Amino acid sequence: MNSCPELLRPCWQGFFRADEDEWRGVTASLPPDGGQGLRERRMRYPYFPGCTLRAKARGFESSALASAGALGVQLDELPNWQCCGATFPLQADNSFSLVSPARTLASARKMGERLVTLCSACYNVLKRTNHVMRTDADRRDKVNAFIEEDYRGDLEVVHFLEVLRDDIGFDALARSVKVPLGGLAAAPYYGCLLLRPADELAFDDPEAPHILEDFLSALGCRAVDHPYKIECCGSYVALEPGDLASGPSRMVVESARTRGAQVIITSCPLCQYNLDISQQGARGHSGVGVPVVYFTQLLAIALGLSEDVLGFEGHVISPGPLLRSIGAMGSEATA
Amino acid sequence: MRTGVFVCWCGLNIGGVVDVPRVVEEISHYPGVARAVDYRYMCSDPGQQLIKDVIREERLDSVVIAACSPGMHEATFQSVAASAGVNPYRCEIANIREQCSWPHQNEPGEATRKAIELIQAAIEKVRGDEALSALSIPVTRRALIIGAGIAGMQAALDIAEAGHEVVLVERLPHIGGHMAQLSETFPTLDCSQCILTPKTSEVGRHPRIKLLTNSEVESISGYVGNFTVRIRRKATYVNWDLCTGCGLCTEKCPSRASSTFERGLVKEPAISIAFPQAVPHKPVISAEACGHFTKGKCGVCEKVCPVGAIDYQQQDALFEEKVGAIVVATGYDLHPKAKVGEYGYGVYPDVIDGLEFERLNSASGPTQGQIRRPSDGKVPKEVVFIQCVGSRDQENGYPYCSKICCMYTAKHARLYKHKVSDGQPYVFYMDIRAGGKGYEEFVQHATEEEGVLYLRGRVARVFQDGDALVVFGVDTLSGKKVEIRADMVVLATAIVPASGAKELARVLKTATDQYGFFSEAHPKLRPVESLTRGIYIAGCAQAPKDIPDTVTQAGSAAAKVLALFSAERLSHSPAVAAVDEELCSGCGVCVEACAYDARTLDTRRRVAVVNDVLCEGCGACAVACPNGATRQKNASRSQVFSMIDAVVG
Amino acid sequence: MRLTRDVVSGENRRKLRDISGEEVASCYQCGKCSAGCAMTGMMDLLPHQVIRLVQLGHIEEAAASRTIWLCASCLACSARCPRGVSLPNVMESLRVTLLRPGERHLDPAGLPAEVLENAPEQALVAGLRKYT
Ligand SMILES: Cc1cc2nc3c(=O)[nH]c(=O)nc-3n(C[C@H](O)[C@H](O)[C@H](O)COP(=O)(O)OP(=O)(O)OC[C@H]3O[C@@H](n4cnc5c(N)ncnc54)[C@H](O)[C@@H]3O)c2cc1C
Ligand code: SF4
Ligand code: SF4
Ligand code: SF4
Ligand code: SF4
Ligand code: SF4
Repeated sequence: MNSCPELLRPCWQGFFRADEDEWRGVTASLPPDGGQGLRERRMRYPYFPGCTLRAKARGFESSALASAGALGVQLDELPNWQCCGATFPLQADNSFSLVSPARTLASARKMGERLVTLCSACYNVLKRTNHVMRTDADRRDKVNAFIEEDYRGDLEVVHFLEVLRDDIGFDALARSVKVPLGGLAAAPYYGCLLLRPADELAFDDPEAPHILEDFLSALGCRAVDHPYKIECCGSYVALEPGDLASGPSRMVVESARTRGAQVIITSCPLCQYNLDISQQGARGHSGVGVPVVYFTQLLAIALGLSEDVLGFEGHVISPGPLLRSIGAMGSEATA
Repeated sequence: MRTGVFVCWCGLNIGGVVDVPRVVEEISHYPGVARAVDYRYMCSDPGQQLIKDVIREERLDSVVIAACSPGMHEATFQSVAASAGVNPYRCEIANIREQCSWPHQNEPGEATRKAIELIQAAIEKVRGDEALSALSIPVTRRALIIGAGIAGMQAALDIAEAGHEVVLVERLPHIGGHMAQLSETFPTLDCSQCILTPKTSEVGRHPRIKLLTNSEVESISGYVGNFTVRIRRKATYVNWDLCTGCGLCTEKCPSRASSTFERGLVKEPAISIAFPQAVPHKPVISAEACGHFTKGKCGVCEKVCPVGAIDYQQQDALFEEKVGAIVVATGYDLHPKAKVGEYGYGVYPDVIDGLEFERLNSASGPTQGQIRRPSDGKVPKEVVFIQCVGSRDQENGYPYCSKICCMYTAKHARLYKHKVSDGQPYVFYMDIRAGGKGYEEFVQHATEEEGVLYLRGRVARVFQDGDALVVFGVDTLSGKKVEIRADMVVLATAIVPASGAKELARVLKTATDQYGFFSEAHPKLRPVESLTRGIYIAGCAQAPKDIPDTVTQAGSAAAKVLALFSAERLSHSPAVAAVDEELCSGCGVCVEACAYDARTLDTRRRVAVVNDVLCEGCGACAVACPNGATRQKNASRSQVFSMIDAVVG
Repeated sequence: MRLTRDVVSGENRRKLRDISGEEVASCYQCGKCSAGCAMTGMMDLLPHQVIRLVQLGHIEEAAASRTIWLCASCLACSARCPRGVSLPNVMESLRVTLLRPGERHLDPAGLPAEVLENAPEQALVAGLRKYT
């Protein structure tokens, strides 16, 4: 059982499943050799799932792991990972909140030189913590003393999107597509955590990112560019009473919808939640909802994987009808 | 007469409105016109070549160019005509752009008609034009510089170094101007005296600089290349030729005067040398304060002077100097104290201006460089700086921005912090204008590194409350009214022209703006030339500016002077007035009418005489003469009438 | 508003600097941060106004604003700030001045059931980090 670093006691809602093998199973079920030589240069990386992917965002992980497998990437879950803390601490005088992500990083370093993440928040927190461990000797010493390690930040934290782009390649990805998404108009939504702070994350152009567009094109989708793709969805302000985050989220959805997007893709469970739930009331007025899905869910569909791995659950705007209407999903599928 | 007419399109400026082909067609039939042609840009190289070619082909004896204002290209076309053998004074310009196509953009038909008439008038004028040749005048290669601040000194050194003599007139007993009063200077914070004294001592000993301090220009006559200047050297009551500058007199003098150099912060002996590095290092007696002059009693300095240099009988002396060019470098003053009542300036001793702060911060100043407030010598811990006092204040001061006070206020706040590290400087500002190399960074350093708090807003009022000066201000950024109990308040008062600037301009027959800053001939293209030929301007005399800009402008004024001095002789337009002595009755009306002193009366022959090189060809005399005895060359009565006929006839 | 050197550069200003690691004096109040903040619609003070109050030493007033709880730490402001001010760090330091002595801005037990049910764990953990 893992503990929640926030409350320093066993995770308060019991997010973590004891039965982790259930998930490792997905990595193991690599499809039979698909040709194209991907198998030969099979890639294996340590992988950090994070708490949300073990609870509310299971579909994100299952679709990702299945797709990775299909593309010849093996993601080995870290044995003893802890919650990253979900948000990078912004206090200069307090290194305590870095302890948990640092511990994760130190143990990942023992498994390899790269650590793959899926959730934008995990990516952000782990990469920023890694940056501190690499560049700030004072705080590094403090944290190391606490976790009894000598970790110096010599690990590369990467996002699964980067694996797709850099290790597999979007051209090769395009060649692996089994179910071309027939020009599905999909709007990428980057949000904040993948892009900022740009000097530390160095993920993509912070004002004009395009990795998601390139990804969508590889899947055969039509990427819908829209100005709010880098604006904040409201994040954890969703917890404030009074539906406060839905304003910014609605702007994001509208910006995509009015430019013709049929679906929005994201890599952050909180963005997914905020954008989706912001349409709860609005659905009535506009009459049109735009489903918000994880990029890996579209990926799994395009790779022709079993609908079982998609895990569309609890959407306000269900992606099912749309995906069925374009023939991307069978008529009796989930959702 | 064989006249060629050249009509310019000026791209669409003229051609877009005036029907140029029709103009050419009509004009080619006008009497005396040998050929009329048009071209897209007459001033371009091909355009000029076209004029030359036609002159030769048609063997023209005169040309009319229908184009832009003569202010733009008259000189160009005159020289083109001359190079093809036509006398340049038989080249006339018909202004069909500024006076036709531009104002009549919406009435092309009328514009075309007017263009034709203007060209016809020019043809009529050129018909009567005489072939003249330019007048030639000698140049006195000697310059007068008025004001020995950094501007005047720099110009003097540049001209003297180039090998010409300079007469440098300064009204104070010493040179250096305001820079001598500054402590440290932005943006590098180097000590002002340290960078100034090499200049002052060089000026003081330069063999080609004749330094006249305690002196002022009384009158000027003459013209470019040939000015005669009368200078008054005011009595110092000390024979400087004998004085060794030992300073004994100043030590023993029992009378006290308020020190102008220290901006009234201290008293000094009635006989004194303003500051230790003063050049010349010689004392002056203030007759208003000296016991000998006020009570007729003292004579201490006379007694102690080891060389007998004291001379209570000394009188003002008058000099006359001949120079070819003049540089005005009279600098600035600060907005007078009495005019900012709401800040208690001039009432509360701890409300001071920027120059007073410079003196407080100066190692040679009244507090030896310690920041102590004037009233009780206490080190002020809360200091409020107020910018734009009198500047950018149409109602109570001047509408213009004084340009340097943002920078020197940032400097003051920083210097204050350097000396009083636990003190808090506040700066009230409207905008920060820091457009210079390293300037923005200088200001940001004040906020970022030195804890200067900038508050955006004007202060409404300052009043004394016990020990403190209460400042009522506002911070428009937070939308809050601000109240500060300050120990001292420093006002960045407006930069105004030096006292007497307008009077000096009158003496020089040149112009100032409404405030008294000397006017440049063109704000962009001729920034150091005044409106009078041979007179140049440099430094704050022209407008508020900092030391780098002042030095730049002084160098460029010197370059203009040197360019003038590089000519063997100067040329002057021959289109001047002339007197028909047969008709002249010697009444002298024209002498009065001439604004350039170009006319005198020959009393023996009882006729008026024109000094050609002074005459600007304005025509005032010709209009004034009741006898028709005055003729304006190339603008004769008959020419003018036939021009009128060509337009209205 | 009374300004004195104790207010402007006093102890609580120093404390905030230690927590945030930020020198707000660099801010020249251009407003670019507020211009790009997605949350301003709900804020009582714009982000640059919060910074201004801190510059003036009026920390308590800044900490009393709703804005500090509405800042989503999205970094849109600091990414574009021409003076390199990390506003989200300042916002966090203001929250922390209240949270460290024990204030809890969020009571997990008081969250509506549908939020607990649906919000991703990430939101709950982040919320607890920022609000308690
Ligand atoms: C408080 C303050 C701080 C400043 N700090 C800086 C700084 O840090 N860095 C910087 O670059 N600039 C600074 N400046 C600006 C600087 O003082 C000017 O740029 C510079 O002094 C201008 O030189 P000037 O020769 O044009 O004028 P001035 O220095 O004014 O010199 C003019 C001279 O002409 C004389 N004069 C005037 N009228 C007559 C007359 N009729 N006949 C004969 N002589 C006459 C005057 O007596 C004077 O000696 C500051 C200005 C102020 C007010
Ligand atoms: S005592 Fe005489 S020599 Fe000495 S400074 Fe005075 S006037 Fe000059
Ligand atoms: S330079 Fe600055 S302080 Fe001076 S008048 Fe201009 S804006 Fe005001
Ligand atoms: S006004 Fe005429 S007549 Fe009189 S003096 Fe002058 S030129 Fe002679
Ligand atoms: S963008 Fe930066 S400098 Fe501009 S107001 Fe905001 S914090 Fe200040
Ligand atoms: S970090 Fe906070 S203040 Fe800055 S833009 Fe995002 S929500 Fe606004």
